[in-house]
Amino acid sequence: MEKVGDYDELVNLKATELRLGLPGTEETISCGKSNKRALPDDDTEKEIESTGKTETASPPKAQIVGWPPVRSYRRNSIQTKKNESEGQGNYVKVSMDGAPYLRKIDLTVYKKYPELMKSLENMFKFSVGEYFEREGYKGSDFVPTYEDKDGDWMLIGDVPWEMFVSSCKRLRIMKGSEVKGLGCGV
Amino acid sequence: MALRLPSKVLKHILSFIDSNEDRNSVSLVCKSWFETERKTRKRVFVGNCYAVTPAAVARRFPEMRSLTLKGKPHFADYNLVPDGWGGYACPWIEAMAAKSPSLEEIRLKRMVVTDECLERIAASFKDFKVLVLTSCEGFSTDGIAAIASTCRNLRVLELRECIVEDLGGDWLSYFPETSTSLVSLDFSCLDSEVKISDLERLVSRSPNLKSLKLNPAVTLDGLVSILRRAPQLTELGTGSFAAELKPEAFTKLSKAFSNCKQLQSLSGLWDVLPEYLPALYSVCPGLTSLNLSYATVRMPDLVELLRRCSKLQKLWVMDLIEDKGLEAVASYCKELRELRVFPSEPDLDATNIPVTEQGLVYVSKGCRKLESVLYFCVQFTNAALITIARKRPNLKCFRLCVIEPFAPDYKTNEPLDKGFKAIAEGCKDLRRLSVSGLLSDKAFKYIGKHAKKVRMLSIAFAGDSDLMLHHLLSGCQSLKKLEIRDCPFGDTALLENAAKLETMRSLWMSSCFVSFGACKLLSQKMPRLNVEVIDEHPPKTRPESSPVERIYIYRTVAGPRMDTPEFVWTLHKNPEIGVSKLAIK
Repeated sequence: MEKVGDYDELVNLKATELRLGLPGTEETISCGKSNKRALPDDDTEKEIESTGKTETASPPKAQIVGWPPVRSYRRNSIQTKKNESEGQGNYVKVSMDGAPYLRKIDLTVYKKYPELMKSLENMFKFSVGEYFEREGYKGSDFVPTYEDKDGDWMLIGDVPWEMFVSSCKRLRIMKGSEVKGLGCGV
Repeated sequence: MALRLPSKVLKHILSFIDSNEDRNSVSLVCKSWFETERKTRKRVFVGNCYAVTPAAVARRFPEMRSLTLKGKPHFADYNLVPDGWGGYACPWIEAMAAKSPSLEEIRLKRMVVTDECLERIAASFKDFKVLVLTSCEGFSTDGIAAIASTCRNLRVLELRECIVEDLGGDWLSYFPETSTSLVSLDFSCLDSEVKISDLERLVSRSPNLKSLKLNPAVTLDGLVSILRRAPQLTELGTGSFAAELKPEAFTKLSKAFSNCKQLQSLSGLWDVLPEYLPALYSVCPGLTSLNLSYATVRMPDLVELLRRCSKLQKLWVMDLIEDKGLEAVASYCKELRELRVFPSEPDLDATNIPVTEQGLVYVSKGCRKLESVLYFCVQFTNAALITIARKRPNLKCFRLCVIEPFAPDYKTNEPLDKGFKAIAEGCKDLRRLSVSGLLSDKAFKYIGKHAKKVRMLSIAFAGDSDLMLHHLLSGCQSLKKLEIRDCPFGDTALLENAAKLETMRSLWMSSCFVSFGACKLLSQKMPRLNVEVIDEHPPKTRPESSPVERIYIYRTVAGPRMDTPEFVWTLHKNPEIGVSKLAIK
């Protein structure tokens, strides 16, 4: 059919650009790049581009309405069960340099970093300053760090919240001279 | 010489024809056949409650005894249809109460049913026997009580996955004190506790009871007591199994089950502890249907149970069964016809889905009678799809949900085009297909070309362009229901294939690129279609090119509907002068 040829024009137009989110919004949400699977190599990206799609990588995974297609009834049943079984919480030790004893907090109580930081600040009566993606925490002697599953000490705030919660084993508020190099510029 | 079958003879012949599709064909032959057929049709099915008016149905089928209605589009199950869209049962009940008082059976799916509605049913149909509500909402347990107390000949009362305002378990005590004619009772979706003594008494005075599905509030003790009173059950939905493990409890349960010698179908099993599963072993050899999809039991325990179920035809299970468990199913459950594997973590970023394509391949190879599949997993391969198609050309329903949108064949990084081509080509009797994963327009070219018997097609996050929709609408001959979300096409293919839409029941498209102008044009061109634009957040002004959030198009002889909420636009409500410049020839 001759008309079919006209469609080729449409393929590379923005109008047919495939992305998630409601039409008319400019928000781009990644759903094709996942941290858990081996990322496709360059070949795939080329192929995807040539078919008119665009991929944007952004760490926080958005929730897509109604996907995966599981009936609300079933989803609610599973959610209730999850909430019940997660009732025990995820308690991790928190140490602060110079403090005589450790504390424990339940990470499941928080939904994002600012909440956690506020809670820590209250608990130990200090303040962390402001977080910058490149420089880390600025404006304070204290730097919040955590030990991850691999045993490495990481700066709190770099990775998406969910990833942090699932890989965090313990917290440590580092102070002063220890934190040289972690971008603690005063 | 004109031959005419005497209508008595025709009537007699028609009494053997149950299928409504056949009856529809019969009614097209000539006027007298139409008349005879309509006067003898007892079971009426209306797939879209807005396709025809209740009055027209009542008028056409004076002998109607059973009415089945469907309301909201299928994607309403996944929260894609805003609340208040429609699908009200009341107008239908009102009309039937007035015109078809001999109605005995009502089955509703995805409709809004109120207590008033239920009370009307109870009051209007003297010989009312069957009420089945699936995925309905809008009523409370008071409405159920009205049915229970007034419908003296009630045989079937089933509430399947409904959202019910639960005002307590009293409704159960409203059944008549004398013996009931109950054959089937399903209250599994209700939350609150019912008095076990009420339930025991009800079961004792319902000698015909064959199917009973309890809600999670019924304890193990309650279950044992019920089973003792109803060993004749063929279908059982248990209550919750989460009870303290006491040895006596286990023995009692085991004994109760072993007395149910006719049990064929088992479901419920919420919170079942693996230690209780052996209590079920005695009924396993007779089971044809097993719904373990709410049982968070691990693979080894599942296998121990399933290897005893040699007659199993229908299995619903969670992905906790793992590929290994499915391998076991393939070797023990040779009679399997339907398999559904649900995700235990239905989230986008679920990391641990323990089934892969291999599990489905095992079952496809081992279960020769397999014809219906619903499978959730993270990723798939073309090779697996090709194998499945080759091994199981008798598939009738294939719904694959690769949870990761746009996931390619993870071994070759190609789109899953080849795989779905094999499915479309190989499974010639395929009637229902859901595709997922990375798919280019090519996949839909194959589907359009080969899937000649597919009636319902579901697509998400797929395709490259308008070509995709064009292939489907111009190719799939038997297509009746098409539902699409998040695919990159819009107006051209839709307008090109407008005529096709009158041969289908409905088309749903959400988060695609259909413009408002195209919707208007389609409405104007096709008066026998209802075109609904469903926009919860419409822009303040609507330029022709602005894309709409959702569009729902269905054929109808009822004309535009009068009960649309604010967020639904139809041409009838908002006729705008001027034809869109988007007219594409």
